[in-house]
Amino acid sequence: MTRPLLIAGAHIVDPATGHDATGDILIRGREIAALGSFDAPDDAARIEGRGLVAAPGLIDSGVFRSDAAACLAGGITRVLLMPDQKPPLDDPALVERAMRIGKPHVWVHPLGAATQGLAGTELAEIGLMKEAGAAGVATGRRGIPDPATMYRLLQYAAGFDLVTVSHCEDASLLGEASATAGETATRLGLPAAPAIAESIAVARDVRLAEAAGARLHIRVVSTAESVDIVRRAKARGTRITCGTTPAHALLNDGEMTGYRTFARLSPPLRSDEDRRAVLAGLADGTIDTVSSAHDPRTQEEKRLPFAAAAPGMAGVETLLPLTLMSLGESGDAMRAVSLLSTTPARLFGLPGGTLAPGAPADIVLFDPNRAWRIDASAFGHPADNTPFDRLPVTGRVAATIKGGEVVFQR
Amino acid sequence: MTFAPDLLTPVPDGAHPFPHDHLLGIEGLKPWEIGFLLDEAERWSDPGNSRRRSGALAGLTQINAFFENSTRTLVSFEIAGKRLGADVVSMAVAASSVKKGETLLDTALTLNAMHPDVIVIRHEAAGAVALIASKVDCPVLNAGDGAHEHPTQALLDALTIRRRKGRLAGLKIAICGDVLHSRVARSNFHLLATMGAEVRAVAPPTLMPVGVERLGVHPYTDMAAGLADVDVVMMLRLQRERMAGAYLPSEREYFRFYGLTEERLSGAADDVLVMHPGPMNRGVEIATAVADDIQRSAITEQVEMGVAVRMACLEVLTRPARGIEWAGNAWSAQAPAGDRA
Repeated sequence: MTRPLLIAGAHIVDPATGHDATGDILIRGREIAALGSFDAPDDAARIEGRGLVAAPGLIDSGVFRSDAAACLAGGITRVLLMPDQKPPLDDPALVERAMRIGKPHVWVHPLGAATQGLAGTELAEIGLMKEAGAAGVATGRRGIPDPATMYRLLQYAAGFDLVTVSHCEDASLLGEASATAGETATRLGLPAAPAIAESIAVARDVRLAEAAGARLHIRVVSTAESVDIVRRAKARGTRITCGTTPAHALLNDGEMTGYRTFARLSPPLRSDEDRRAVLAGLADGTIDTVSSAHDPRTQEEKRLPFAAAAPGMAGVETLLPLTLMSLGESGDAMRAVSLLSTTPARLFGLPGGTLAPGAPADIVLFDPNRAWRIDASAFGHPADNTPFDRLPVTGRVAATIKGGEVVFQR
Repeated sequence: MTFAPDLLTPVPDGAHPFPHDHLLGIEGLKPWEIGFLLDEAERWSDPGNSRRRSGALAGLTQINAFFENSTRTLVSFEIAGKRLGADVVSMAVAASSVKKGETLLDTALTLNAMHPDVIVIRHEAAGAVALIASKVDCPVLNAGDGAHEHPTQALLDALTIRRRKGRLAGLKIAICGDVLHSRVARSNFHLLATMGAEVRAVAPPTLMPVGVERLGVHPYTDMAAGLADVDVVMMLRLQRERMAGAYLPSEREYFRFYGLTEERLSGAADDVLVMHPGPMNRGVEIATAVADDIQRSAITEQVEMGVAVRMACLEVLTRPARGIEWAGNAWSAQAPAGDRA
């Protein structure tokens, strides 16, 4: 047995246990053995935690790629992998294989494809995928256009008590659009869809999920109307949850000016009014999770005319500081950790998300006051496209511990 | 009426009349930069004058790379280049390398490797021309990119208006039709608003872009209201495929409510000027009687001014390559006098 590991004198932030004070964490093997104040064993290896926040390892609740080194540099120890892979994760064998790709350092929890080939028409083998380890099912990059299919999907997934993760954009209103209709899209002459393309799909899926008694998680809400619809649904006591991304909380459609394809995202960036509604939703608890939507693109996919460029950005390395920034002055580390770890673990039934004794020793140590500048060229993978390049941010990961092992240290 | 030089926007002291490597759009151009291009175009526009030809671009290579089908604009750029003495090569790129999977930037690098002195580009995607311009070493002229901009069309429209009306500032100008999908409309909005005209966009609600008023344009969905007292009406071509997208029910309904007829023009100024970038759909957006009314229609004059404007743009953009630099208050060498080559 390896020596126990002691994280000494860190500010422990653990929403699940309510810990929000300076203390120690003892790790034995792959698990957390003790938390708070206790007598540390003499033989323990020691990590100095002074000035750092110790929180449960971050769980990115929606990535399209699971770049392990980049995740660890961002304090992420588990990811929910979207089914939009090649081939799509619509089969139990593919789900099982996807679970192994990140181990041992980043655990991948696949979301099974809700429909075969993500085509949006025929259900995939949801029950078998759950047995193979799927943490939920997802509609993929696009929503399911047909309401009857979506309704049956929600009913069927509810039978297995699986969360359905939905991409909410009405396919017909979206059409070939690559931008949100508004001043910037009009100036640039880009094909654009109205922001209601999202809220109409949100309203539909919320109603269908209520009728089906299903657990629905809307992966990204990015408009004022969408946030409002979810807020009302929650007030009715439904099991609907939603997430957003730092880009949709911090950037508006003006970022597209000059045809900057790094700002080509899905859903597209919105008006500043919508962006501020997302911030309000984060502040009042309407929005449950923040995911990176990590989807780095190659130069070949981005150095194209705006509408032809692939949507997506690299996001795992900047998830924590940008979430802190989204929460603003009032935002504390507790709320950030809830959005980035505790809530995703609870929603998807994942191990981790807490520092309670007996939990996996997945821990992120970060300096909440450390100012730095995002530098995409230093990212740990070849695709370095982020609309946040060169942005000064605050809060930096100092170390990442996965299963009791220090797997990243800055 | 002939154009009145005293109504020009003078170049401020110390400013360069056109400090741009490329002409990618009208948005962002200063009033005096637009005025400078119009003045230069004026020099090439007089049909009775021998200055319609020059050897200014002799020995220079002009490539017209058209990724989207075009007849009129391509011919206009070819004639403009040839009248300036350039070696003009036109290629319909849509029919060649793109089909073989070559990326846009590789096509740009290929063009660049041929060492052209100016490239004229049309592309179906908004922003594509700017993307190519960032990768080549010579001036690039945007001949239309998606629904973004078509700067030489706006310049030729402005030149036509200025020759007929003597000014741009203060005129009421309505741009009517499929504004949503129109690069001509966008370039004209920018140009006319910058030059101080009162610009109106007249379109059915389905073809009106969101936020158009932020471009300094007044939107109208009622054509009679939009045309009230206007000095100029610019009609836009209606693409027939708009019916399929449920933008409009039928051509006859469109003509009934948005077609330009004698009756509808009655609310405009008595000396209203009627314009159309072509090609026209007679009986769809414009009645034949209006299009052919030689008193009011400037449609053929627009085509003529198109060549003059493109000559001016080609000549101005190639000045640095020809050793003609702006010396702070004048050009370092004589701009072409327009002698017959």
